[in-house]
Amino acid sequence: MTLLERFSTRKTFGHGIHPIAHKEATAELAIRRLPFAKQMIVPLAQHLGAPAKAIVSVGQEVVRGEPIAEPGGFVSVPMHSPVTGVVKSIDTLVATASGPKTPAMIIDTYTASDQKVLFECTADIRQLSPAELVRAVQASGMVGLGGAAFPSHVKLLPPEGVSIDTVIINGCECEPYLTCDHRIMLEYTDKLILGIQMVMEAVTAKRAIIGVEDNKPDAFAMIQSKLPKDGSISCELVETKYPQGAEKMLINSLLNKEVPSGGLPAEIGVAVYNVGTMAQLGDLLPQSRGLIERVVTVSGYGVNKPGNYLVPIGTPLRFVLEQVGLKDDFSKIIMGGPMMGMTTASLDVAITKGVSGIVVLEAPEAKSETPQVFPCIKCGACLSACPLYLNPSMLGQLAMVRDYQKMESAYHLNDCFECGCCSYVCPSNIPLTQYFRIAKAINRKIKVKQL
Amino acid sequence: MSLLAKPVELHTSPHLKKMITVDQIMRNVVYALLPVCAWSVYQFGISALTLTLVTTLTCLLTETLFCHLSNKRNTVTDFSVVITGLLIALTLPPGFPLWMGAVAGFMAIALGKSLFGGLGYNVMNPALVGRAFVQAAFPVAITTWTPALAPGRFMEFIPSSLAMPFMSPVDITDWVRERAIDGFTGATPLALHKFEQVHTDSIDLLLGYVAGSAGETSAVLILLCGLYLAVRKMMDWRISAGVFIAAALTTLPFYLMDPEHYPSPQFMLLSGGLMLGAVFMATDMVGSPMTAKGVWLYGAVIGFLTVMIRLFGGLTEGVMYAILVANAMSPMISSVTQPRHYGQRKKREGS
Repeated sequence: MTLLERFSTRKTFGHGIHPIAHKEATAELAIRRLPFAKQMIVPLAQHLGAPAKAIVSVGQEVVRGEPIAEPGGFVSVPMHSPVTGVVKSIDTLVATASGPKTPAMIIDTYTASDQKVLFECTADIRQLSPAELVRAVQASGMVGLGGAAFPSHVKLLPPEGVSIDTVIINGCECEPYLTCDHRIMLEYTDKLILGIQMVMEAVTAKRAIIGVEDNKPDAFAMIQSKLPKDGSISCELVETKYPQGAEKMLINSLLNKEVPSGGLPAEIGVAVYNVGTMAQLGDLLPQSRGLIERVVTVSGYGVNKPGNYLVPIGTPLRFVLEQVGLKDDFSKIIMGGPMMGMTTASLDVAITKGVSGIVVLEAPEAKSETPQVFPCIKCGACLSACPLYLNPSMLGQLAMVRDYQKMESAYHLNDCFECGCCSYVCPSNIPLTQYFRIAKAINRKIKVKQL
Repeated sequence: MSLLAKPVELHTSPHLKKMITVDQIMRNVVYALLPVCAWSVYQFGISALTLTLVTTLTCLLTETLFCHLSNKRNTVTDFSVVITGLLIALTLPPGFPLWMGAVAGFMAIALGKSLFGGLGYNVMNPALVGRAFVQAAFPVAITTWTPALAPGRFMEFIPSSLAMPFMSPVDITDWVRERAIDGFTGATPLALHKFEQVHTDSIDLLLGYVAGSAGETSAVLILLCGLYLAVRKMMDWRISAGVFIAAALTTLPFYLMDPEHYPSPQFMLLSGGLMLGAVFMATDMVGSPMTAKGVWLYGAVIGFLTVMIRLFGGLTEGVMYAILVANAMSPMISSVTQPRHYGQRKKREGS
């Protein structure tokens, strides 16, 4: 926290970074629907938790919105068909950008179909009990649309002995380039409010706070104008800073509370949801529909027609890029935002529930030369960037000598959520975030072996 | 349309990078040092200029040599060596024999840096290691001061500068007496105060019209250059502030007890190498701690030790040893001042 920030009344957290936002290309563009691709890839494990289990067979005709897979456990959600068509195959293939082979369903679209959602029935959501609401949320296949893709209904059932009194709605969208949440707040405001009310009902929370970064004053004004009169939901501006939209940071900014290390927000009576998730819930639950499409920001230097697109879940990345057009000299295709998203090697991967953006970056100036990595000069830039007040420099040095155990026991490696701030500021170009990812993976493996 | 006809780049997040690198930081420190060097050349003429060139060149050559010996890529391009060279020149008397300057440069890089593994791994500030070496090796030459703004300083060398390698420099007492403007004693303000109870005016100290090593002289200029670095966030201003505050606070009680005998806080801050040390040497990133509390503590240790050495030690100047000691303490300071991380549970709860 710099001296100026100490005296500022803006709600914010300590540390963090200010990357260039690059949102101007798409912030003013209304959400538009993309056409349906000829073939859809629906991975059955596109959320955290157990993969879904297919309930249709090869050759079966499916209708848009029809459940095609059932949850594989409590921490799991069903899948719904994104198109009207026929199931071509159910196989294990590399269907997501994250890599490993997972079971996935390929559906051939009936091009002549009008793609109407026939699987729906109106539900009087105001009459539902909390338990029924939780079931309805799971049935809708809803996961966190901010990127984590954690099944939403799980967060509605806090562990024994704790109760949620505050629901925080994340409308920060701190990732550069992405504007899908911004547009959702502007265009789906009523559904967003309805979704929040349902979640408050389900967890019996007394209040909800929507946090919006102050670079989106129009979204803030729009939400303010539509808030319910009873004052249960409020909207607050927070500083535009990365990673403001991280759950722990937003709780700190709005409530001045901290989530205990290694714990869940529920421990302090808080649940955090993304605005996109809330708007979808407000849309889907009253009609008992399933999650079959989402808003994706397609942007970046290499995209000819950047925009915020409503994309059926399961649309191949190749199809999306064909629709928007690519420039010749791009270098990376990123699924998600540029700070936490991952590059993809294959275009035959699906837009899953957790993909909030597709960012195509240009090649850096000096193409041939990868940035030179210097030794750590102990400048401390990473320490004043880490939003969790960890010591990335020390963690990095331990990673170099492969002392992964000490990283975890003495320097709180597991608190790191890989926001990338340390790598962003490092003048020595040390890939700190990557080191930490590897260290965590190795520690996990060691633990599994010991069991 | 053929998408992906060419290979794409695969990379883990984050995909954005702040556009600042180590060599940029180091280059900016060099830029900030240049006005100070220019001022010292203006004051002491061609001797100061040659000394600066000699130390810098020796440092560059030593670094190249050691990179070559250890089969590493040559790292002189990161500019950190240039900083070391300039700093050494600024801490030496302007009439310091050039060959001794070369020894200081060699020792700084060889002993202070390369032996530890180069940039980022050195424990202490290399420039000060070099200076400490020559202070021990050539105690006379390093305390032989010449007057600033001597006439003809751009045309002729101070005689001692041109001593043959491995030879003692000629005695320059007569040379100094010829050029000295009324009553130059060849003593720095600190020495004057310590041994002769003569007080130098603060304004002279501030502007630099006093005897001393090339970089000890103009406090204002050093502060301005430091400010540039601090504004560009390439220097930790907290360290400098910590040094100043601690030095002033340590001096104050003594001064209040006995103003006749002990120097005033402002004299303490403005005299000697404290300014240069606090702004350009203590803030050397490699040797200083990184934690927020540690940075203040580190600055305070330097300020306190400097004053203690100056007031009660045998030397007139203590900045160099204070920084070297603090450099050595820095890992310890770091380890006891680890920041409280977000969501840290209280001890009794167990984590």
